[in-house]
Amino acid sequence: MSLLQVSHVSRAFGGLRAVQDVSLEVPAGSLTALIGPNGAGKTTLFALMSGFLIPDSGSVTFDGVEITGQAPHLNAALGLTRTFQIVQPFASQTVRENIAVGAHLQHANRSDALHAAEAVAARVGLEPQLDKPASDLTVAGRKRLELARALATQPKLLLLDEVLAGLNPQEIQDMLPVVRGIVASGVTVLMIEHVMQAVMNLADHVWVLAQGQLIAQGAPSEVTQNTQVIEAYLGHGTAARLRQIQVETPQ
Amino acid sequence: MKDVGAIVLFVLLVGSIPFVTESGVVLNFVMMALYACLLAQAWNVLGGFGGQFSFGHALFFGTGAYVQAMAQVHAGWNPWCTLALAMAMSASVGLMVGALSFRYGLKGSYFALVTLAFAEVFRIVALSVPFTGAGVGLMLPLNESVSNMQFASRAGYVWLILGLVTLALCITAWLRHSRFGAYLQAVRDNEDAARAVGVNPFKVKLWATVISGALMGAGGAFYVQVFQYIDPGLGFGPHTSVEALVGAIVGGMGTLWGPVVGALALHVLADLTRNLFGQLPGINMVVYGCVLVLIVMFLPRGVAGLGQRWQKKTKGGA
Repeated sequence: MSLLQVSHVSRAFGGLRAVQDVSLEVPAGSLTALIGPNGAGKTTLFALMSGFLIPDSGSVTFDGVEITGQAPHLNAALGLTRTFQIVQPFASQTVRENIAVGAHLQHANRSDALHAAEAVAARVGLEPQLDKPASDLTVAGRKRLELARALATQPKLLLLDEVLAGLNPQEIQDMLPVVRGIVASGVTVLMIEHVMQAVMNLADHVWVLAQGQLIAQGAPSEVTQNTQVIEAYLGHGTAARLRQIQVETPQ
Repeated sequence: MKDVGAIVLFVLLVGSIPFVTESGVVLNFVMMALYACLLAQAWNVLGGFGGQFSFGHALFFGTGAYVQAMAQVHAGWNPWCTLALAMAMSASVGLMVGALSFRYGLKGSYFALVTLAFAEVFRIVALSVPFTGAGVGLMLPLNESVSNMQFASRAGYVWLILGLVTLALCITAWLRHSRFGAYLQAVRDNEDAARAVGVNPFKVKLWATVISGALMGAGGAFYVQVFQYIDPGLGFGPHTSVEALVGAIVGGMGTLWGPVVGALALHVLADLTRNLFGQLPGINMVVYGCVLVLIVMFLPRGVAGLGQRWQKKTKGGA
């Protein structure tokens, strides 16, 4: 059964049609990815799913409930939480307090929430930094914090917006098992990602968005061979040229 | 627990001052300093913890003051009951202003301007309608007795305002250790991030405005009991708003003791300037302005921030 169902969702900003008639279904328990060139509308689509933006048309159904345009905090209560591409820490607060804000969704009591925050920090490898102010964290630390805070709400579906962007190769290697661990614990994950190594490594299924439209979907290895996808990233005619190069230099 | 201990200590220390001295000057100073603390703490709930900078907290102050006066003068209520009514009414005004401003997503300077405008509207209304006494204001009949909340000595007023300050301190301590407080600070630091993890910013900011308004209204009611007089300028004029926000900013926004320290420091300063420059009217406002500029430039986190920096340094050095 699909946990999240997006059907024929569109959204325009003035003359710019950022998302056009996109439909997709995220199966429960899966780890799927949404990829596409810059400006394809991926983050807009996330905002439409999580309620930060209201679609012009189409509908979003989560766990059997229609949530089209429903406020983000209500979606979070249902179990749909997102992270932000540009990390948004509560800068004046410590890491523990930051995560506790997420944990408060399940725990009304302050000390319960703070305890839950510690457990979540351990899951994403932030334990040594628990008492640091969030503003003192490195980029990698902030990405983990973003993840931890969302995870603390105990979501059913986690929308991860480029949690690997800006990390160095070593930090990406360290982050992959964290994401895999989250899926293993039963949380469904849909991630926007530019780091293809990670997408190939993690995702069961990939959707490709270009200029607001879904142009391809399937297993990561299939999608990366798709002519339309290659051309969306590299420009018209490049797919043919690449194939030619491959033919000329067989190894 | 540490906070509760500190509050108890504070109450015992300040509460015992009237037993130590009967000097009217000292008691008057303590009373007015505590009164300034209450205003600063009221502002701190919304401005410091919630990040919503109101320039018109006189709105709640004046509402509290006028309700306190009108219910006694026109309806003959007992002042202890009117105190509760005054707080409830200024909380309702907070509910109304908060709902209107946050419904339309007003933030930052827009919110500040709207609160300022509301205070002005209330001032002009109070100037023009008969039941507030219009420009003449309202005077409480003098009748000194504890049941009438008019005390023969300053000690009674000190204890009364100490009680209200304690209430404000307890609420602030609760903000530091509760879900509501965590949500409020989350909304202050980043509203979108808070929304993503299940916080309803509208509701959180609205309640903060209500609490802040109720405390400010208590300050207004206290003012009327002490001076037995209120007029539109005193009630809704901008100087009360300024006093509340400067106290909190100088002391340290979003902290428990910052507003207490800030209000006290400003009060000492205002008294000093009054003694130095004689009775130049409004000279304390000039001083407040200068202090505010200096604090914002050199101590953006207030006097309390200075303490935190010290702690960090000594810890880091060890």
